[in-house]
Amino acid sequence: MKTSTTSTGSTGPTDSAASAAEGPTKTSATPSAAPRKSVLSRLLNTFLDPSTAVYPIMVALFVVLILLNPTLGEPDQFTRLIGRMAPIVIVTLGQYFVLVSGEFDLSQGAVIGVQVVVAGSFIGDDNSRIVPGLLLMLAIGVGVGAFNGLATAYLKIPGFMTTLGTMFMLGGMTRYLTGGAASGNPSEQFREVGRGGIDVPLLGYLPWSVLVLAGCLVVAAVLARRPVGRLLVARGDNPTAVSLAGANRGWLMARGFIASSLFATVAAIVLVGFAGTHPTVGQGYQYTAIAAAVVGGVVLGGGRGLVLSAAAGAFVLETLVAVLNASGIDTSWRATVQGLLIILALTLTAARTKLGPLLTLRRRSTS
Amino acid sequence: MRLKSIPDTASVYLILLAVVAVCAGLTMSRGHNLFSSGNIDVILTSITVLGLVCIGQTHVILIGSLDLSVGYVMSLASVLAAGLMAGNNSAVPSALAISIGVCALVGLANGLLVGVLGLNGFITTLSTGLIISGYLTTNYPGNVGGVPSVMKDLGSASVGPIPVTTLFMLAALVAASLWLSRTRLGFHVYAVGGNAEVAKMSGIKNVVPIVFAHVISSVFAALAGLVVVARLGVGSPVVGTQGAYDLLSIAAVVLGGCALAGGRGSLWGTLGGILIFAVLDSTLSILQVNPFLKDVVRGAVLVAAVAVFSLRGDGSKFRRFTAAGDPVAPPSSPAPDRPDQPDQPDQPDQPDQIVRAAQ
Repeated sequence: MKTSTTSTGSTGPTDSAASAAEGPTKTSATPSAAPRKSVLSRLLNTFLDPSTAVYPIMVALFVVLILLNPTLGEPDQFTRLIGRMAPIVIVTLGQYFVLVSGEFDLSQGAVIGVQVVVAGSFIGDDNSRIVPGLLLMLAIGVGVGAFNGLATAYLKIPGFMTTLGTMFMLGGMTRYLTGGAASGNPSEQFREVGRGGIDVPLLGYLPWSVLVLAGCLVVAAVLARRPVGRLLVARGDNPTAVSLAGANRGWLMARGFIASSLFATVAAIVLVGFAGTHPTVGQGYQYTAIAAAVVGGVVLGGGRGLVLSAAAGAFVLETLVAVLNASGIDTSWRATVQGLLIILALTLTAARTKLGPLLTLRRRSTS
Repeated sequence: MRLKSIPDTASVYLILLAVVAVCAGLTMSRGHNLFSSGNIDVILTSITVLGLVCIGQTHVILIGSLDLSVGYVMSLASVLAAGLMAGNNSAVPSALAISIGVCALVGLANGLLVGVLGLNGFITTLSTGLIISGYLTTNYPGNVGGVPSVMKDLGSASVGPIPVTTLFMLAALVAASLWLSRTRLGFHVYAVGGNAEVAKMSGIKNVVPIVFAHVISSVFAALAGLVVVARLGVGSPVVGTQGAYDLLSIAAVVLGGCALAGGRGSLWGTLGGILIFAVLDSTLSILQVNPFLKDVVRGAVLVAAVAVFSLRGDGSKFRRFTAAGDPVAPPSSPAPDRPDQPDQPDQPDQPDQIVRAAQ
């Protein structure tokens, strides 16, 4: 597994070579071999590369937000704010694994819809059904992901079309089962994940959703460093090389899409607590997730991107909306502002790719 | 192997024929007629708006990009036109010109971002769509304008059994397929979509066909929005997105045999794809199937049809032409090496790389 990753990195013909796959091998082998760079060039690199620039931007937006609305600066209010952003960040983590392998997952929103309805109708008020209900939701997540991945790999359908198909199917099924209207919510105990929290000494109040988010970030970061994460990046860079290196195409893509569906499922569990059971819950989340990943420097078409930067991209998009809210700008403009931000991030990436050789960039992996 | 020798467009119509046969059988067994004049009218009406959007979307997909902004552009055209007309017959020509012009500018922006900066078409058009959507929700809380009688008449007029708007769509389809298959710019669209790098090396200025495709896409989305205005009598800020025309048009175009990676497909195939959707829809309506289940059927048909196309051999690893310019048969038979290029170990990766880059 390791060997295949390394060989892919070194044979990558274009400048879009998987630096994320290549980086750690290089740095761990010869950490001191990298040429010394001036502080200015380092700073320039940081701000020209969205996958690192996204962190200072995120911090700056949080600072602006707290300046505009000082109550959000109080620890317990801040954790609630993060908790509210949790679902979209979690969905972005899942989308990362598909994007980086060169595909799209358009079915995430529909998966959330299905899971929310399953939670509402299967678990209902019966607390004893929570565990079987969770297992059922996980099974659905795995099933949808496996279908997407295997169809993409073996039927040679572009992931875009496979997931568009599953999106239509799952969306239609959800609205058919609910009649298109809100239906019974699952028991309060199940919704506790989204609604409740615990009192902790230092922060005051910590919503469960923040803990779930933290867990997801850890899982995603570990997954990205595991062979499967490396292989997905390598596949995004050069699928032929990954196949020739002996990776199982179908199983690899299946795992990528399963990760995507499972993260969407976790987001659904949190969202049930927020919003209750409605077939429109989760609608459009896949687009926000893709946009967030792009803001975080993930390159569409695959082969490049860091998972935690993608998550930071989601925070940037969400904080931006909160800043707009706090600054009194009509919230109806938020789509426009998000659109402009995405184009800005894209342009930055494009400019960096063109200027890249001039700046002699060699990025360290920070995921 | 026999299956693989059937051209793309013909196989779309074979699928359409099969769908029509199954649907006719199903409706007949319930004592209804799929080909009744009322039902034909329903089908013709439903293909008009989607057809116009799909003409543009076909251009964009042929060039290897996507247009997700078509839904918002439709809505934009609809509210602009309805607002400018305001029930005044004499304002119709200027209102039409202005709304189409504004939408063409959206397409120009898309085209320049994709063509000049080399941004990914999916996310670029998603972003311009978002930008328009913010403008629409801020300035248009509800339906706007009253549509004058001239427009309404246009929307409801028909020649014999065929609505005028459908005839307009078909005429546009013929015109577009002529410029795609007969003009230099049309060839360039296919060339850039097939392999942007090779097109560039062959002396094509890639930006021109890319901008052209995106402008055409937005203009036709605007026309679709205007047809909806003529039918509804008001401009609606959600008309394009509510109908999910962005995703439906992509689905129909790919169902019509266009390769999502670009460079392959035709408008006639697209028409077949739209007809498949329309026939399915009307059959499910006749059978009184729950309307929400229509999406389930659409999704299943989409995945199945795309699987059929790609298993025939035009999947992502497809090599399009031999050195002589003849279409290459399935990837299993090795393409002859080009004489002017030395054998390189990483040669097989290149076309695939570029195709993905074009996605």
